[in-house]
Amino acid sequence: MPIDWIMGLLGGLLIGAAGAVFLLVNGRVMGASGIIGGLVDRSGLGNWPEKAALIAGLIIVPAIMTLAMGIKPTYLTDNLLVVAIAGIFVGVGTRIANGCTSGHGVCGISRLSLRGIVATVFYIGAGGLTVVLFKHVLGII
Amino acid sequence: MRNIMAFIVGGLFGAGLLISGMTDTLKVQGWLDIFGDWDPTLAFVMGGAILPMAVAWRFVEGRKPVLRDHFDAAPDPKVGRKLVVGSVLFGIGWGLAGLCPGPALASLSFGGFGGIVFLIAMLSGMLWAPKLRAALD
Repeated sequence: MPIDWIMGLLGGLLIGAAGAVFLLVNGRVMGASGIIGGLVDRSGLGNWPEKAALIAGLIIVPAIMTLAMGIKPTYLTDNLLVVAIAGIFVGVGTRIANGCTSGHGVCGISRLSLRGIVATVFYIGAGGLTVVLFKHVLGII
Repeated sequence: MRNIMAFIVGGLFGAGLLISGMTDTLKVQGWLDIFGDWDPTLAFVMGGAILPMAVAWRFVEGRKPVLRDHFDAAPDPKVGRKLVVGSVLFGIGWGLAGLCPGPALASLSFGGFGGIVFLIAMLSGMLWAPKLRAALD
């Protein structure tokens, strides 16, 4: 639906504006997995207040927006085993690859980084094959 | 001051994810579902996000950030096994659940019990990653 595309573009511009501010003001790359993972494995504790503040904003602002505007929730599968396995794969994978959709996808591709482009090709490819296999072949998701 | 800016950045990021529909797991899986009812929204989100970032990168050269004395160093440009293996693992998890790290946090307040399970699993995976990373070296 085209309205979804327009909302996607607007939301995308906001995400990009956030990344641009973080880069030009704080001097840092806005990668969600690096920010979260750096706190989890203690490799990025040097600026932990900055990371914690970003995470707080990332949780609190959508919470307020959904309370105020009643945006429809997520449609995560009820199969908690699938959810748990998916979460482990996302956590392990983004940290081994050193980036996710925001770091490699948005920040990497926008500076024409080969790493960002290669990572994005592989995670979209793997994601596409996963949906084909688990949705259309096995019917699990 | 940097922390206040980081909070604002996180808020903008979260608002963008919410407005764009990227906290909706069906939309993300719809983008990946090339043989089903394909949903191209994610391409618009990516395009919209890359635009301001591409402009921002042009201001980095020869300058300093407003609130810091240097920019993050560019990562090692090597395209190696870790980048590929990690991205494939990430893609599998992304396809299974329709969530990646940013939206997992942005939807925490309304994602229900499943969202919390996903987050705990993701954090566990991040905790184990250094061991697997060392094995891939």
